[in-house]
Amino acid sequence: MTMNTQGRPTAPTSSSVSDIETVSGSRGLLQAEGLIFEIGTAETTGVDLPAPKNRTGRLGGVARKVATGLPGLSEPEMVRHYMRLSQRNYAIDLGFFPLGSCTMKHNPRLNEKMARLAGFGDIHPMQPQATVQGALELIDELATWLKTLTNMPFVAMSPKAGAHGELAGMLAIRQALIARGEGETRKRVLVPASAHGTNPATAVQCGFIVDEIKANARGRVDMDMLREKLKHTDDVAGIMLTNPNTCGLFETDIKEIADLIHAAGGYFYCDGANFNAIVGRVRPGDLGVDAMHINLHKTFSTPHGGGGPGSGPTVLSAALAPYAPVPFVVKNGDGVFSLVEDVDGEASESFGRMVAFHGQMGMFVRALAYILSHGADGLKQVAEDAVLNANYIAAKLKHVMTPAFEGYCMHEALFSDAFTADGIETLDIAKALIDEGYHPMTMYFPLVVHGAMLIEPTETESKATLDQFCASLESIARRAAQGDETLKGAPYLAPMRRLDETRAARKPVLKWTAPAADTVAAE
Amino acid sequence: MRYLPLTDDDRKAMLDVIGAKSVDDFYADVPESARLGGKVAGLPDHQGELAVERHLSKLAAKNRSASSGPFFVGCGAYKHHIPASVDMVIQRSEFLTTYTPYQPEIAQGTLQSLFEFQTQVAALTAMDVANASMYDGSTACAEAAVMACRVTRRKKVVLSGGLHPHYAAATKLLCEAQGLDVVHLAVAVDGEMALADAVDEETACVIGQSPNIFGTVTDMSGVADAAHGKGALFVSVFTEAVALGLVTPPGEMGADIAVGEGQSIGVPLGFGGPYVGLFACTEKLVRQMPGRLCGETVDADGKRGFVLTLSTREQHIRRDKATSNICTNSGLCALAFTAHMTLLGDKGLRGLALLNHEAACDLADALEAVPGVEILTPRFFNEFAFRTPMNAEAVLAMLDEAGIVGGVRASRLFPGEHMGDVIVCAATECTTPEDIEAYAAALKEIV
Repeated sequence: MTMNTQGRPTAPTSSSVSDIETVSGSRGLLQAEGLIFEIGTAETTGVDLPAPKNRTGRLGGVARKVATGLPGLSEPEMVRHYMRLSQRNYAIDLGFFPLGSCTMKHNPRLNEKMARLAGFGDIHPMQPQATVQGALELIDELATWLKTLTNMPFVAMSPKAGAHGELAGMLAIRQALIARGEGETRKRVLVPASAHGTNPATAVQCGFIVDEIKANARGRVDMDMLREKLKHTDDVAGIMLTNPNTCGLFETDIKEIADLIHAAGGYFYCDGANFNAIVGRVRPGDLGVDAMHINLHKTFSTPHGGGGPGSGPTVLSAALAPYAPVPFVVKNGDGVFSLVEDVDGEASESFGRMVAFHGQMGMFVRALAYILSHGADGLKQVAEDAVLNANYIAAKLKHVMTPAFEGYCMHEALFSDAFTADGIETLDIAKALIDEGYHPMTMYFPLVVHGAMLIEPTETESKATLDQFCASLESIARRAAQGDETLKGAPYLAPMRRLDETRAARKPVLKWTAPAADTVAAE
Repeated sequence: MRYLPLTDDDRKAMLDVIGAKSVDDFYADVPESARLGGKVAGLPDHQGELAVERHLSKLAAKNRSASSGPFFVGCGAYKHHIPASVDMVIQRSEFLTTYTPYQPEIAQGTLQSLFEFQTQVAALTAMDVANASMYDGSTACAEAAVMACRVTRRKKVVLSGGLHPHYAAATKLLCEAQGLDVVHLAVAVDGEMALADAVDEETACVIGQSPNIFGTVTDMSGVADAAHGKGALFVSVFTEAVALGLVTPPGEMGADIAVGEGQSIGVPLGFGGPYVGLFACTEKLVRQMPGRLCGETVDADGKRGFVLTLSTREQHIRRDKATSNICTNSGLCALAFTAHMTLLGDKGLRGLALLNHEAACDLADALEAVPGVEILTPRFFNEFAFRTPMNAEAVLAMLDEAGIVGGVRASRLFPGEHMGDVIVCAATECTTPEDIEAYAAALKEIV
């Protein structure tokens, strides 16, 4: 054995133990950690507050009877608790996250720094407008970028997320139809079967009826079916179409689709979830779009935050702009910015207010920081690199996996599960990727492709990363084709094994409850 | 282009592997007329980090931050202190740069914190269950109204005259789009109990707020009883979550659904967003709830873990039959709420609530002593309305000249309601005795 002068061994010796149970439940760097309710007590607090004066109050007896009983932790315990939990999360900053249709690109730290400037982070939405001119100017500047990049005349900034932007667009369509006196008759909205689930759900939230159209063999809208559906036009409100679509393909006939829907008296809502593939290269306004939301957390790099907050500004055509929601920012002749907050005056035709205050300001700052960093030249490069990366993955894997459609893709590569042996599922391939150190692709979406695997690399990945990923996925795909049963147990190397979702749904446990007293005594 | 790792050599090598001549090949499906010759015209090119930082800092400097002087604005967003450790937690890459926990084996950090969030929200509101958050309080309120209509199979929603006007607007919009009827009671400082008389056999729900937009706190138990007597639901709204440490929470009043804004706990003012909507309800309504839900389960080795659950309510499964079109929640803001709530604990929450209440009482005493000023809010937590002998807009402008942001004029909240002489103001733990003194002294000068 090699030893130093103190007699401490300095080289590893061979060991026969491979699986070790620990007393603590921790496994090296991965610390065991309970819920705060199991660690803290209601008498602990991690804040130092001045003592109350115990003066006479003015609550008038409207006082809480039963305390919350919520546990507190001291600051070191709270920090350690969430650090330990953080170690159980995969994240973009840790590795490749090719979750299709989610655009998991790098989130620049400059964005975070800018959003935390006191002049943005510490201003109140209802303080006098004279004291927030810089904030209104920022919203106006971002709006100008979004309008120019899309070649659309107006943008509603207040929607809180992509699905909320869809709602804004569809409510604008509804209002336009009401203004035409056709609000009660035009109720039918065409939605492709490949659409995000939010599309049909949004249409229904606006009182529309969903009429599904199928995809053709090339993964695009079936034009014959569309024409058939438009034979009767007097009940058509519009179409909701994603472009590039959820199969990662540009809708070849998009201009004709726009023309057909307009000729039928309807409006064209474009789901802009996949704008990253065309930003700086194609302007949706040139395609006949009437409304499109832009997910700032996808194309413009604001963080996904474990599931929000998002932000969904929605660009509108001249036909829909008068019906845009309040509030919106206008620049007056004297260079002063103001908010139009009420359905009145220049907003007299507005469909109303969707949300309290003025939108996701924190996301506006981040998105503008990203946009200014790239500029017109950089954003074009963003789209091109995103599309190049996706086509590279498609080319490297097409020999071992089954491409869902022929030809080049846009920003995401889509495969079906046709190449897998019986009994091996898309889910198994996804979970095996976890063991390889990757976040899985989007699985089982879009619904029009059997066992779909949707891979979106984004532009912020290097060629070396893509090569390593393709090597891993190729190896898993070969095992899947051979029917390797060990895939069914994956992941083996993650913090948890596969979780029982059926059990969670059958008897939902949605909050922590204190164990019964006798159980505690027995332990 | 510091965020783009590909080199020109990489690009060329990759095109060779693909067998394409240039990236233009990938855009062949774009209609001829929509192809741009080059980049989008009329926009500047890329800039370095320093240049971007300078530009944005200049814009930020044009705004007056809430910490830069005496500040008394509330009305649905509140200036509270956020411990440094809370912001540090949400800036951890593992939380900041991940997404909805679709792969629970590598998302237990997000899932466990959401489970903690749900438990905290349920306890704070004294309700059975809570979801994993909504966009904000106003959208949560709108979703509660349509949920109540779904549950009761009725079509009438009644809003109190004390409901935040933005919440009322968002709720009306969503309801009317779905063919539901909304009755909005007359604007009133102390009118929540009027809901009890407005409920009838057609009513799906009545929606009342405490503390309401004028700061009035109300025990709405009588409203709940009246609603239940007619087979309707009672939706209890709050915009100041800290209040629930001290005032009667929705569950103690018999609420079926509780919705509110969670910004006050852990989330900065940020000019109105992003915030975090809190949504809680009774056990029996859980399957009609909108939004994500996190539930406990076990993994293949029997270890406790958490997953998203009851997704058959949601748009990605149910599509046009979903309970809502909501997809993302407000994950990172929910984490900020949870981290801050965990620092506070029950003891800290009660202490914080009491400080807020006492600051507002001190403020009311000081303003009341100004001749001609009348406090309109009969019972309040940390916010109240008062009448000035002059036009409120003029008063606020003069306060502004004295470096004081004095509150919100009621005429901005309720244009056309002839409330031109009313100001709504709030005090929190951030309000100092000197701030209050300065406000009262300036107001005395003005009026």
